[in-house]
Amino acid sequence: MASNAAVLERPTGAVSGRAGGALARGVAAGYLTIVVLLPLAALIWSSRADGADAFWHQATRPEAVSALKLSLGVSAVCALINAVAGTAIAWVLVRDRFAGKSAVDAVIDLPFALPTIVAGLTLLALYGPGSPFGVDVAFTRVGLLLALLFVTLPFVVRAVQPVLLELDTEMEEAAASLGAGSLAIFRRIVFPNLLPAILSGVALAFARAVGEFGAVVLISGNIPFKTEVSSVYIFGQLQSGNGSGAAAVSVVLLAISLGVLLLIGAFRRWRTKHDYA
Amino acid sequence: MPKYLLRFGALGYLSLLLLVPVGFVFYRAFEHGLGPAWDAVSSQQAVHALELTLLMAAIAVPANTIFGVILALALVRSRFPGRGLVNAIVDLPLALSPVVVGLALFLLYGRGGWLGGLADHGIKILFAVPGMVLATMFVSLPFVVREVVPVLREIGTEQEQAAETLGASPFQTFWRITLPAIRWAVAYGVVLTTARAIGEFGAVSVVSGKIQGRTETLPLYVQAQFEQFDIQGAYAASVILALIAVATVVGLRVIHPREEES
Repeated sequence: MASNAAVLERPTGAVSGRAGGALARGVAAGYLTIVVLLPLAALIWSSRADGADAFWHQATRPEAVSALKLSLGVSAVCALINAVAGTAIAWVLVRDRFAGKSAVDAVIDLPFALPTIVAGLTLLALYGPGSPFGVDVAFTRVGLLLALLFVTLPFVVRAVQPVLLELDTEMEEAAASLGAGSLAIFRRIVFPNLLPAILSGVALAFARAVGEFGAVVLISGNIPFKTEVSSVYIFGQLQSGNGSGAAAVSVVLLAISLGVLLLIGAFRRWRTKHDYA
Repeated sequence: MPKYLLRFGALGYLSLLLLVPVGFVFYRAFEHGLGPAWDAVSSQQAVHALELTLLMAAIAVPANTIFGVILALALVRSRFPGRGLVNAIVDLPLALSPVVVGLALFLLYGRGGWLGGLADHGIKILFAVPGMVLATMFVSLPFVVREVVPVLREIGTEQEQAAETLGASPFQTFWRITLPAIRWAVAYGVVLTTARAIGEFGAVSVVSGKIQGRTETLPLYVQAQFEQFDIQGAYAASVILALIAVATVVGLRVIHPREEES
C-alpha cells in the first residue's frame, strides 16, 4: 500500500549501469525540483520576505494559533481513534471469517479513492441538517472529527494488516495452552508485534488529518475560534489578500509534515538496524 | 463472544463511517429518478468540468508514472548523501496539506514570485490549466514511487547484471528485465495516482481561481453547486466521482493478487 512510506534500507547490490544510474539520478532530481522543491522554496522565501518579526507576528495571530491548536487537537483524537479502530478492523479482516469479507477488505481503500470533497458532502448529507437519523453535527467539532476519521481510515488498517498476516500463531497457541486469557495474549504477544506498524499508521493518519481540507470545508462551517482548522484558515487568508499570513501558517504545517515523515523514516531505520543486529 | 463483539464493532464502524454515507448520496442523487440526475450532469458546465478533470489526469498520470519509475530506480539503485531526506520529500505530498501545495505554487508563479514573470511573456500558469496540472502532479507524485520501491529492492540486481554481462544495453536491460518485474507494482501505482489526480480538491482549488466553465474541475464543481444551493447537481456529480472511486477500488483488487504473485 502507498502508506508504506519512506522505507530506508541498504541499497540492493551494486549500481547497475553506471551511466544509466547517473542519468536516472539527474532526471529524478530535476523532476523533484520542478514539481516539489521549487514551489516549497518559494513558499518559505515568501514567508520570510518581510523579516522574522513579521513572520512571527503572522504565525502567532490569535486566529492562526487557535486554528493550529484545533488542527493538532482534533488530529490527535482522530489518530488515537484510528489506532484502536484500525487495529480492530485489521484484526477482523485477517483473523475472522465471515461472508463478504473480501468485499469489506476492498471497501477500506475507498477513502483513498474517493475525492475528499465528495467525502465531506456524503457525511454532511447523512449527519448534517436534514439527516434521516436526526443527527446533526454540521458546523461542530464532532463533524470535523467525523470527516477526518473518514479520510484517515485506511492508514492504520493497511499498515497493521500485512504484519498481522505474517505473524505466526504458534506463540499465541503456546500462551493459550499455558492458560493465558485472550486479553493477556493480545497484550503480551500480539500487541508488541503490531506496535511499530500501528505507530507508523497513526503517524501518517495524524499528518494527513492536520492538513486535510476538502473533507472538512463543507462540514466544519469554518467558524473562526470554533471549527476553523489551519488549512481552512490558510485558504481564507489567501482569499482576503493576506498572502504572508497564509504563507507563515503554511510553513508551520510544512514543518510538521516533514517532521512526522522524518520521524517515521528514522524509526524504520532504527528498527531495521535492530532486527539485523 | 469477544470475537463477535469485535466483528460487529468493526463492521458497524465501517458502515456508519463509510458505507451508509456513500450509499445515501447515491440514494439522494437518484431520489427523483434518473431524469433529474442525468439533467444535472449533462449540463454544459458539468460536462466541461468532467472533461477538464480527465485532462488533468491524462497529463499528470503519465508524467508521474514515467518519472515515478525513474525516481524509484534512483532511490533504490544508487547511494547518495541525503537519501533519507529525499525519501521524506517524495512522501511529502502524502502528508502535506493540499492548500499549502496550492499556496506554494501560487507564490512561485504569482505576481512578484520567482517565476511570476512568465505571465508577462504570455505563459499563463495560475488560474489556467498549467498551474492546475502542476498542482495535480505535486499531490499525486508519491504513489508510483512508493509501489515500485519495495519491488525493486526485492528483485535485486542479479538478473540485470547477468543481462549486462551478456551485452544488453541499459535500455534493453530495463525493458526486458526490470520493467516486467515491476509492471504490476506500476499498475497499482497508476490506479492510485489516477484516483488522486481526479479527486484533488484543495491544491487545485487555490491555483485554479475556480472560474466557471474555464478552470472548474469536477470536484470544484461539486463544491460550487453545493454553495449555489443546487444540491441535486452536487449529488449527481458526486455520484460520478464515487463511481470512479469504486472502479479504482475494484482495479486495485484485480491488480493486487498479481502483484503479490510476481
